[in-house]
Amino acid sequence: MSRLRDALERGEFVVTGEIAPPRGSDLAAMRETMRIVGPRCHALNVTDNQGASLHMSSFAACLVAKELGYEPIFQQTCRDRNRLALQSDLMAAWAFGIENVLVVTGDDPRSGDHPQARGVFDLDSTQLLQVAAGMNEGHDMQGRPLSGGPTGFYLGAAVFPEAEPWGAQLARAVGKIEAGARFFQTQAVFDLDKLVRAVDALHQHGAKVVAGVLVLRSPRVIDFVNKHLAGLAVPDDVAKRIREAPDPAEAAIDLAVEQVAAIRDIADGVHVMPLGLDARVPEILARAGVAAGA
Amino acid sequence: MIVTKPRSLERILEDLQSVGARRVFVVGCGECATAARTGGEEEVAAFSRWLAEHGFEPTGGVVPEVTCHRPGAASALRKHREALDDSDAVVVLACGAGTQAVADAAGLPVFPGLESSFLGMAVRNGEFEERCQMCGECVLDATAGICPVTACPKGLLNGPCGAMWEGVCEALGDQECVHVRIRERLAAQGRGAAGVLPPKDWSKKRKPDAVSVRERVRRGQEGSR
Repeated sequence: MSRLRDALERGEFVVTGEIAPPRGSDLAAMRETMRIVGPRCHALNVTDNQGASLHMSSFAACLVAKELGYEPIFQQTCRDRNRLALQSDLMAAWAFGIENVLVVTGDDPRSGDHPQARGVFDLDSTQLLQVAAGMNEGHDMQGRPLSGGPTGFYLGAAVFPEAEPWGAQLARAVGKIEAGARFFQTQAVFDLDKLVRAVDALHQHGAKVVAGVLVLRSPRVIDFVNKHLAGLAVPDDVAKRIREAPDPAEAAIDLAVEQVAAIRDIADGVHVMPLGLDARVPEILARAGVAAGA
Repeated sequence: MIVTKPRSLERILEDLQSVGARRVFVVGCGECATAARTGGEEEVAAFSRWLAEHGFEPTGGVVPEVTCHRPGAASALRKHREALDDSDAVVVLACGAGTQAVADAAGLPVFPGLESSFLGMAVRNGEFEERCQMCGECVLDATAGICPVTACPKGLLNGPCGAMWEGVCEALGDQECVHVRIRERLAAQGRGAAGVLPPKDWSKKRKPDAVSVRERVRRGQEGSR
């Protein structure tokens, strides 16, 4: 059984990390990151052409995580594959023992490194959750039985607690729960009141919420986040604190520690996105008082 | 209407040079390209002047009433048979369907003079916005008469996605998220959201598509639909 599902359902505070597959075939750096972050996490999200930019396939990188003994969360975006390819990757994932799936729409291609690419979006993320939930009942999108019987995916989705109007955002999230999502992972959250609002609402529908924390290690990273990451803006006071610090990286670590500690009292888990400071993740978690995963 | 944009003149130049054309006939369109000011009488005259300035000899021009009506386009061309016989190539200032109707009828190398952009709505005189993908299975009943297949850059049926921020679509930068707009209009009309819309049936949009009104009328007379 998925360790992530087990921990969330038992009410244990979970930690998830984020792994970007390489742009190329050298697995060494990714393995190294997994070895640093993995032991502190219940599961590792493995991104799927994140930021609409080219990377090795998430499925292959998930297998690498499993090889090293870490539990992956297989991310699937709707941007690069149609309904046939999405289902075939889900079948592959289940056949190779990947249980956690995070289904996301995917950034628009024009925000990535291949702006000429055609976005597929044959399904949207709510529809793909319905398809994966159907596989959990043993059938494909056309209702035909799957050889080997039902899959047992633990299905997750994205939610954006700070997005306004919140009514539209919440309605979409509830639609995802009805479609089969059992847990949410959020974009980085700075406004904790809005995180409380999201967690309260989603708990009422029986879903778990793992809140995102970004380590904003430099003014350059803040600019990048504001310019390139969909559904996210670093508040001015946060940006100022890091920009004006004598050592921005240390200020970013301090901020992340405070955020993780606060999230412990609000959400069901924390998702740490270190943006390059992977080596500091164990320290952030330890200082925030979060025990090693599992 | 079909909204067209001017095609790169360098590209048209290359096209004409590729067949060694010197004498060139120009065809416009009295319908959409006239309204879009890309292929009406004025534009055909201006394009002919441009040809003359670039070493070509314009042999004549015509603006058929509706260039994508092939018999109509052929009949318009017949009235200029002499000029066409004296031409090396034809440039068409119309949409792709109009250009193909001329290519079928002219008996000469025919080149597009415009780019066909979208099925548009005139939001006011001279300003057109893309409003329909002709997807073959309309969702406007569920979306308050606002098409998300067209207005959402990802064409999502269910939104908003993570690119929505303060009600604005970050992928487009400066426009309201269509899914927020749909929700607001439904609410203003006292209608609930339609719930999760199912995946689209793209078999309804298989190409090349064709319609025979004659066939439909004949069947209608037989009492079936």
